[in-house]
Amino acid sequence: MLQVQYFLLLAAALFCIGIFGLITSRNAVRVLMSIELLLNAVNLNLMAFSNYVDPQNIKGQVFTVFVITVAAAEAAVGLAIVLAIYRNRDTVDMEQFNLLKW
Amino acid sequence: MNLAEGVQVVSFGLLALMMIGAALGVVLLSNIVYSAFLLAAVFISISGMYLLLNADFVAAAQLLVYVGAVNVLILFAIMLVNKREDFVPMTNAWIRQGATALVCVGLFALLGTMVVSTPWAISAAVPAGDESIIKLGEHFFSDFLLPFELASVLLLMAMVGAIILARREYMPEDVSTELAQPPVLTLPERPRDLVATPVDRPQFPSGNSK
Repeated sequence: MLQVQYFLLLAAALFCIGIFGLITSRNAVRVLMSIELLLNAVNLNLMAFSNYVDPQNIKGQVFTVFVITVAAAEAAVGLAIVLAIYRNRDTVDMEQFNLLKW
Repeated sequence: MNLAEGVQVVSFGLLALMMIGAALGVVLLSNIVYSAFLLAAVFISISGMYLLLNADFVAAAQLLVYVGAVNVLILFAIMLVNKREDFVPMTNAWIRQGATALVCVGLFALLGTMVVSTPWAISAAVPAGDESIIKLGEHFFSDFLLPFELASVLLLMAMVGAIILARREYMPEDVSTELAQPPVLTLPERPRDLVATPVDRPQFPSGNSK
């Protein structure tokens, strides 16, 4: 039978891969994709707890739907920001976005 | 879902392999279009995980919202910033990557030991299963009504903000001048052609100037 630990370990692996991509990638769009990976790992955690700890009164699924909503809004605004930066700086390299550095 | 245990374990293994492999591909591949399509594979496998976790509605929402909306949005953004540029190699880039990999592996080890060693309070109740969507609706319209309505306001604000951020600040001048000219000498069905015409073409072809 599937245990809750399997899902939690899988979500932890996905989260770590997401953090690795978030820090090391240089393309700004890939950074946003890594953020989506992080949010999906959190969603998987919430769903696993909702099924195994609270199977009758599924509040984890409610939180997952809210996280999906916020993630969609975040993706739209983030990609719009990437477009605006690309229009100003003519690059998507994260190392070039140091306008606010002193 | 009423699946046999063997089917559940095998499908979990396949979905986990697909998810981890596709996520590594998203992060590590150099072509970003491949990364975007592998991101869709990650989302689809997570949707399968939700089906294994007795959540039909959230699995469908995951497919619709992530694969149908977010991934298409990312693909459009890749097409809009489609500039094949070779990034300037940084000095000591491998130190950064190695340190990040070390921290991520350490974080995974920490989380793994925590997950394995914690006695989770597993409930023995029967999962909601097919009634999960009814329970979800009851939650949304009773005790989570305020966050539900706030989510719609948030989506509206995000939509307006994305339009304002991604909009061009100025209109190109040639289009505005073309629009300003009164198209009195043309046939009524032609002005759409005028707007799309670049500057270097003659404005009114001699054929229909009468």
